Amino acid sequence: MTDFQPLNDPKAERKLQQQRILIALGLAFFLTICLAVRYYYLQIEQHELYATLSDENRVHVRPVPPTRGLIYDRNGVILAENRPSYTLSIVRERAEDIDQLLLDLTELIGLDEQEIEQFEEQRDQYRRPYDGIPLRFQLVQEEVAKLAVNEFRLPGIEIEVELLRHYPLGEIYAHTLGYVGRINESEQARLDRDLYEGTRVIGKIGVEKQYEDSLLGLVGYEHVETDARGNVMRVLEREDPVPGQNIWLHLDSRLQKKVYEILEGSRASIVAIEVETGGVLAMASLPSFDPNLFVTGISSREYNALLNDFDRPLYDRSIYGQYPPGSTLKPVYGLAGLAEGVVTPDYTVSDYGYFQLPNEERRFRDWKRVGHGEIDMRQAIEQSCDVYFYEMGYHAGIEILSQYGEMFGLGQSTEIDLPAESTGVMPSRDWKRDYRGIAWYPGDTINVSIGQGFTLTTPLQLAKMTAMLARRGGNIKPSILRAMDAPEFLFENPFVLKANTESAHWEAIFAGMESVMHSNRGTAYIVGSDSEYRIAGKTGTAQVVGIEQGAEYDSEQLKERQRDHALFVGFAPIENPGIAVAIILENGEQSTKAAAIAKALMDEWYRLERQDLADISENLSEGVSEDFDESLDEEKSES
Amino acid sequence: MEDFLRRLPDGEVKGVNKPSIWQRIHIDPLLLVLIYLIVGGGIFVLTSAGDSSLFYAKRQAVFACIGTLAMISVAQISPSFMRRWVWLVYLFGVLLLVGVLFFGDDAKGAQRWIDLGFISFQPSEVMKLALPTAVAAYLSYHSLPPTFLRIIITLGMVLLPVVLVLRQPDLGTALLVAVSGLVVLFLAGLRWRYMAIAGVAAMIAVPIMWIFVMQNYQRQRVLTMFNPEADKLGAGWNIIQSKTAIGSGGWSGKGWLSGTQSHLDFLPEGHTDFIIAVLAEEFGLQGVLLLLLLYALFIGRGFWISITAKSHFGRMLAGAITFTLFIYVFVNMGMVSGILPVVGVPLPLVSYGGTSLLSLFMSFGVLMAISTETQKLADD
Repeated sequence: MTDFQPLNDPKAERKLQQQRILIALGLAFFLTICLAVRYYYLQIEQHELYATLSDENRVHVRPVPPTRGLIYDRNGVILAENRPSYTLSIVRERAEDIDQLLLDLTELIGLDEQEIEQFEEQRDQYRRPYDGIPLRFQLVQEEVAKLAVNEFRLPGIEIEVELLRHYPLGEIYAHTLGYVGRINESEQARLDRDLYEGTRVIGKIGVEKQYEDSLLGLVGYEHVETDARGNVMRVLEREDPVPGQNIWLHLDSRLQKKVYEILEGSRASIVAIEVETGGVLAMASLPSFDPNLFVTGISSREYNALLNDFDRPLYDRSIYGQYPPGSTLKPVYGLAGLAEGVVTPDYTVSDYGYFQLPNEERRFRDWKRVGHGEIDMRQAIEQSCDVYFYEMGYHAGIEILSQYGEMFGLGQSTEIDLPAESTGVMPSRDWKRDYRGIAWYPGDTINVSIGQGFTLTTPLQLAKMTAMLARRGGNIKPSILRAMDAPEFLFENPFVLKANTESAHWEAIFAGMESVMHSNRGTAYIVGSDSEYRIAGKTGTAQVVGIEQGAEYDSEQLKERQRDHALFVGFAPIENPGIAVAIILENGEQSTKAAAIAKALMDEWYRLERQDLADISENLSEGVSEDFDESLDEEKSES
Repeated sequence: MEDFLRRLPDGEVKGVNKPSIWQRIHIDPLLLVLIYLIVGGGIFVLTSAGDSSLFYAKRQAVFACIGTLAMISVAQISPSFMRRWVWLVYLFGVLLLVGVLFFGDDAKGAQRWIDLGFISFQPSEVMKLALPTAVAAYLSYHSLPPTFLRIIITLGMVLLPVVLVLRQPDLGTALLVAVSGLVVLFLAGLRWRYMAIAGVAAMIAVPIMWIFVMQNYQRQRVLTMFNPEADKLGAGWNIIQSKTAIGSGGWSGKGWLSGTQSHLDFLPEGHTDFIIAVLAEEFGLQGVLLLLLLYALFIGRGFWISITAKSHFGRMLAGAITFTLFIYVFVNMGMVSGILPVVGVPLPLVSYGGTSLLSLFMSFGVLMAISTETQKLADD
């Protein structure tokens, strides 16, 4: 039989077919078993692997950034808060055509070149998948509404609500409080990534930087279930973040507002310290800037404008500015002379308008050409007699002068709780040898004795010095922070100057400083005469350019910026000192101008102090609980 | 036509028994129960795969009802009538396939659909049933096993629609259409040596196909199948996600409506081609085995009908329909679990899809017509 011979037997044909059907059945059976084995393998043998893969697919751990701690002033007025803000960002993975999207958004809400430029910079940088790239911060209600309506035709846009740092008082606290800003690359490199997971900003300067660790809080975590497109479906598990600690500062925003108001338009710095605690009541540097600009990332145009401003608004004059203190150091040197027995309170000097070192031609002039005549310590301070201090300084020597200068904190850090400060210069023989490489000349001592020469101080150092004078040598550490997390009072443990000071010495110095304000020959009598409380003060001027010996000082001929800096230090009230103030008016020329501003600050402090006392006694008489929170609330509702 | 009919004396005389009610209405009750169990289970899974919305489930149920009507209608047609007139349906199917190349709707870069306004359907589905019927009819007019010439003619009948489907291009359906025709040839007693020759030819043809015929996306699918991990987010995504869905289901599954892979959209095409992954994820291996058992029973019943069919035509066609159905199941479950390339084959009766469901029901109608056939065909 051949293969090509078809069967003609229906039975055989049927049998052949049935045979084939059975083969097909067998094949189907075998392949079914194969399938069963395959699914058994995947679902039983490899179940754990795939269960893990499945969980990894859907469960993501998301950091939950903590809320940054709030900053209050001493009365509970909020200085730094967190405000909800709408941010428009673009999720690359969801956007179909980013360029087209940018065009559409420009049409819708008017993106400017700056925003697009900033976006483009970040566009190709690595970020977590489905992490949006911010395009515009602080959307206004209208924009949010427009975007929400058009969201369906703008795939890839995301409107996020985040808490944004806000400084309600703006520029008046820019330097002291500082600001937070986006974490930059160098910060990213050095900070602890775990702590900053989910946090986008960090304190850059000022209090925000100093207390970064406390303000930051502790990051929380969320295990979320996401779908394939990264949308969060639900939260599976959550470890709440611990909010940052709230901090209370010594600063009194009422005083700050007052001085800022008065000083507006000038280049100046003023520091006021609470004598009892060393707490900084007010600290201003002008001109200033709006710290809120930095929170979302300042544009380079705006930043350059601030940076290149001739008046240097970014520069914190209070702690970085180093100025010759001029005559404001005279009380300290006077105390040195008394304590070290160089002079007595009654010792007098005859001032004919100049001082000469033995065997030297050079005349050290008094600011008053004709001189002050016979003059004692009180009068020397009262009238800011230079010759008295030339002579006393000559006899005392530079060692004593610099020793006392250092006792009062000059030439060194005040250890204030701010990220950095200048130390200034309290000159000494060693200092001159080390830094200038030349020997000390007697003429140097003469210059130093009236706060000139090489001497440089920051306004903060002068304020600290003044507060120490007010405490009769009690040391203080100027501090910004008053309390953390709970409004408690911190008291510094004061120690008294290790010097041979006697009560009589202090009386003499204070008498001089009081006369500055209240005696008709005082250099600031015009300011202090009508005061309802007694002030101890000392004026000073500092030369900006050296003036040729004997040359006529003519301010009219000098440009405005070459005029003398005007200084003033003082504390009040004398009987029970509460506030110590130091101020420098750049090119202010007349120290009475500086004194007047310090006086205005003291007046405001004096008024508020009495007002607060009155409020407290009123509350007491009404039997109101003295719970701090309640008084906070009252204050808010009042304002 | 008379000349082509081989009249032969009856071997056995049946029909003495009084036909049952099922036989009179041409319904096979066992098949019917199995069909409804599988479709019902499928709708259950579809409810979950459709993101808990009843959209797909409802539509699938409606299609099943329409399908039932179609099945009952087809079952009333006597196999001999089908055998005589199927060439018309075949020609009609070929015309539709030509038409779809010119007037078809584009979907995912392939023209597969004809839109009639009120309904759109895939003409290739028509061919899945028309082709084996036509081949079985042709071969049943001649003695078996088929001669070489008839084999060539049969291959021509198969190749015409296959090439047209490939032009769409739709590799998966083309393969299934080819299989549905070739299975008939196998059941007709195609000699082993031809099959061996065909096997060798296929081994030569594969590289040629690879280079000249296959589309890039089809090559990619095959490559992906062999190494899905190579392109995790691209071509391999579907397979990795479906295997993850299946594997994470374990023995008892994550529970109905609780499949994370499908509900969180990691699994693509969860309601169509990849629905078995949804089932495996939510009902575990026990769900998979239950479904396999239902299919096995169905196929067993199908082959039983085939073996006991009263004509060559009926035997070959019933066998082909049954085996083709099994091939669907195997290819789909194989591709979703990563042992076969992803070629776009739905899981019969379970995957969502009106045309597919309708053509399946019609093929079951044919199966039932064969099973309840009382009169012997002249060719036996």
